[in-house]
Amino acid sequence: MYVLVVGAGKVGWNLTRELIQRGNEVTVVEHDPGRYATVEEELEHSAQYGDGSELWVLERAGIERADMVIAVTGDDEDNILICQVAREKYGVERVIARCNNPRNLQHFELLGIKPAVSATDLILRLIEHEVPRYGLLHLLDLPQERLEIIEVEVARGSPADGAPIRDLGLPDGSLAISILRDGTGFVPLADSVVQPGDEVLVVLDMGLEDKVSDRFKAPEGGAAAA
Amino acid sequence: MFVMIVGCGRVGSAIARRMLEEGHEVSVLDEDPEAIAQLEKGIEGTWVDAGGSFTVGTALEMDALEEAGIERADAFVASTDGDNTNLVIAQIAQRQQQGLRTVCPTKIAIEMLDEAVREGLGVG
Repeated sequence: MYVLVVGAGKVGWNLTRELIQRGNEVTVVEHDPGRYATVEEELEHSAQYGDGSELWVLERAGIERADMVIAVTGDDEDNILICQVAREKYGVERVIARCNNPRNLQHFELLGIKPAVSATDLILRLIEHEVPRYGLLHLLDLPQERLEIIEVEVARGSPADGAPIRDLGLPDGSLAISILRDGTGFVPLADSVVQPGDEVLVVLDMGLEDKVSDRFKAPEGGAAAA
Repeated sequence: MFVMIVGCGRVGSAIARRMLEEGHEVSVLDEDPEAIAQLEKGIEGTWVDAGGSFTVGTALEMDALEEAGIERADAFVASTDGDNTNLVIAQIAQRQQQGLRTVCPTKIAIEMLDEAVREGLGVG
């Protein structure tokens, strides 16, 4: 596979090295002369000097035959533009963009640049995983399908405590798909009874988390930290 | 017409002043609060007194764009000092606001124009 990486910062440099080690042909483009010199010392002919948002630089780097373009400069506008040019002008099928400021993710989305990867956003998601709100853990988000899968723990005295699945009162658009109890999981039937301490996996339409987790929380809303 | 101008440098401020003179409603957005001084060159009193509006913020912030009134805009000029930024914010404005007319002068075009004018006038 021929991969064109734009931006030889920490991300771009390491990415280039890893991709080469895995047997790909890679060119990395860097516009800062000092940085280019440093990177070129190690990567030699795989590094090229130039502004990756200029067409002639991209063409010299062989964008026309690239299987993938990865824009990882420190500037979100540049990354967006590079991906747009790669896709629309040169017909590159796969592009990946780095999103430096997570607040710009919506712009990447709006202009159809995907996947856009934001380190800040990834870490934020990890924090959410590690420190779940109301003992609620996001297992999987499917933004395209507008679905997610969460895991909730059943608190003693909660509406779900002791109720069969059919009487859980989950909102429309959500479904309990499995129960984890004593280290094993099973797919519940309508009359399977939920016990305190169970972890229930629920698939739901986005935005229903609060309604769903209400069913599993102890009524007083006291700290139900896991 | 309601004109929104992002980037208040030489080009942005010149367009802003002219549009205001011609009786249009003009809203300018720039990340530098001092940039308003550019707008006040050659006019009496302050930019706001003259009827213009000025918002501090970057064009990629939706909040700033909304505060500056993008929802009411009929035209949008992207005139920051970065070509790539201009191209991206003009596209974003267009997607957010269907049918919005956007103008995006590129740096090279501006510099060439500037040079031509200087040569023609025999200045500098």
